[in-house]
Amino acid sequence: MTTAVLFDNVSRYFGAVHAVDRVNLDIAEGEFFAMLGPSGSGKTTCLRLMAGFEQPTGGHIEIFGETAEGVPPYRRSVNTVFQDYALFPHLSILDNVAYGLMVKGGAREERRKAAEDALAMVKLPGYGTRRPGQLSGGQRQRVALARALVNKPKVLLLDEPLGALDLKLREQMQEELKSLQKSLGITFVFVTHDQGEALSMADRIAVFNEGRIQQLGRPEEVYNQPKTRFVADFVGSSNVLSTKLCQRLGLKAAFASLRPEAIALAAPSNGALSLAGTIAGQSFLGATNRVFVDVDGARIAVASPAAHAVPPIGSPVTISFAARDLHPMEDA
Amino acid sequence: MTVVAESIILPERRGTAGRLSDFFWRHPHVLLAVLLGPPLLWLGVVYLGSLFALLLQSFFSIDDFSGLINYEFTLATYRQLLSEANLDIIIRTISMAAAVTLVSALIAFPIAYYAARYARGKWKVLFYLGVMLPLWSSYLVKIYAWKLILAKEGILTWFFERLNLLWLLDAWLSLPVVGGNSLSVSYTGTFIVFVYVWMPFMILPIQAALERVPSNLIEASSDLGGTPAQTFRYVLFPLALPGIVAGSIFTFSLTLGDYIIPQIIGSSRLFIGQAVYAQQGTAGNIPLAAAFTVVPIVIMGLYLWMAKRMGAFDAL
Repeated sequence: MTTAVLFDNVSRYFGAVHAVDRVNLDIAEGEFFAMLGPSGSGKTTCLRLMAGFEQPTGGHIEIFGETAEGVPPYRRSVNTVFQDYALFPHLSILDNVAYGLMVKGGAREERRKAAEDALAMVKLPGYGTRRPGQLSGGQRQRVALARALVNKPKVLLLDEPLGALDLKLREQMQEELKSLQKSLGITFVFVTHDQGEALSMADRIAVFNEGRIQQLGRPEEVYNQPKTRFVADFVGSSNVLSTKLCQRLGLKAAFASLRPEAIALAAPSNGALSLAGTIAGQSFLGATNRVFVDVDGARIAVASPAAHAVPPIGSPVTISFAARDLHPMEDA
Repeated sequence: MTVVAESIILPERRGTAGRLSDFFWRHPHVLLAVLLGPPLLWLGVVYLGSLFALLLQSFFSIDDFSGLINYEFTLATYRQLLSEANLDIIIRTISMAAAVTLVSALIAFPIAYYAARYARGKWKVLFYLGVMLPLWSSYLVKIYAWKLILAKEGILTWFFERLNLLWLLDAWLSLPVVGGNSLSVSYTGTFIVFVYVWMPFMILPIQAALERVPSNLIEASSDLGGTPAQTFRYVLFPLALPGIVAGSIFTFSLTLGDYIIPQIIGSSRLFIGQAVYAQQGTAGNIPLAAAFTVVPIVIMGLYLWMAKRMGAFDAL
């Protein structure tokens, strides 16, 4: 498999701030790759390094085997969908979409045709004569997508493209992006701070924190077997069991992660592990109740089906879980 | 619950100020009228009124024999305005204003771009100071200072001499139209001083326009394959154009109307401002002075109409 983007020990420092710190990445051609992390974790800087808006302080970047350092953005076959879309306010939608072809000297008629096809692809046919200001957020997002894709990039970079949309529209766009990526076969690199988005869309996820990759793997791996406390916490808010609790459960590792939905508010059945505690609080999430159980001062979140009644706060309770759901972690 | 307000709604405030603010809150249009009334009245009566009176004056004529104004509608004054000598003044002034505007824009753009894109904190303050500082000192002082700088014995000649480039200066001054005995009595000198004096009025609007261009538009253009030159041509320039037009309105109209700079620095040939000054003063020909004044108004009107047609205000 061809490597689309390669980061070899790449760093980007802004003065004393290590925005990106010795990052190694290997994104395969045709992959849907997500970079997940909180704001300031370095994920966007990584994207900007790929686009060419930033140059690395150290390390080596390759795009399809070609060295990318010192290559300006306009000479890269990489296109970006910007977070706030960055549509040109003084140009019509058609001219916005055709911009990339125009600056590369495409014939007028060809440009128009390609731009109209791209608009049809993002389900905005006939919108060409409007101005960006006349479109809704979701429509602008589609125009930004069309404007990038019309150039047939080798790699498409998406910087939190769904961040400004409401929930319903987000879910719809997630589906569309995914099917678009499958049908076009273009490598997508997607930056997001929404773990649900990363888990549902990506082939692989890199979880960033403080300029470094904490964990890189398939969504199930990252979700089920977080390597660090940060990943456990950030990707789906796992419980992290302390050394004391691990010992009590007979586990060798110093720390372990445990998913809220792997825990039941019930006495253990055959072979399951259990802990005793008291109910400390609960909140209703729709399909489930999130119940907090106090076990020797540690707060453990349990996802309990909404149909099950939750005992009142303060009542003693036993929580149980299967031993295989307990994942040892490298550090906390 | 310990302390409970007796009432959800506070009692009506007493006193004139209290009643007045309650009244204005209920009738916001009255407040708007009170705020806008006086300045609009001032603009309407004093400014537009005098402009209209001026326009009216230009349709009267002067009796050559008695020197009195003949209050009868006539186009004779405009015929006089279009005589060869007067047309010469108009063309000279317009050419100067156009050259000053063009060069001001060329010089102002990089400065404004730097200020809008790169200058932060202390450097931004320094930029504003640098641009505004010349406006704080008297206009006359600046012009006389320039007369000294541009004089034959001035520092500029001295500088050229030091650089062994005096021949270049002499060659330039020997050119027709732009040349003269020294810079201070040539159109080149007038031009330099105009550009200097009106520069802040060009820089500030361009800077304000560039400040409003999000930097990610520049990045988007570059990302889509636009070279820096193309990004300037297709994104930056169109978005800065309203600012450039605003600045050029200042430099163009200020140059059209100025009568002090060409009098102190330059040749003895007249500009529109000087012609107006002479006609309404010593010559006492108010109708012709008024007709001269109409010229810049018409030109600016045409200029704005053209700018609008060219889409200069589309990005507003």
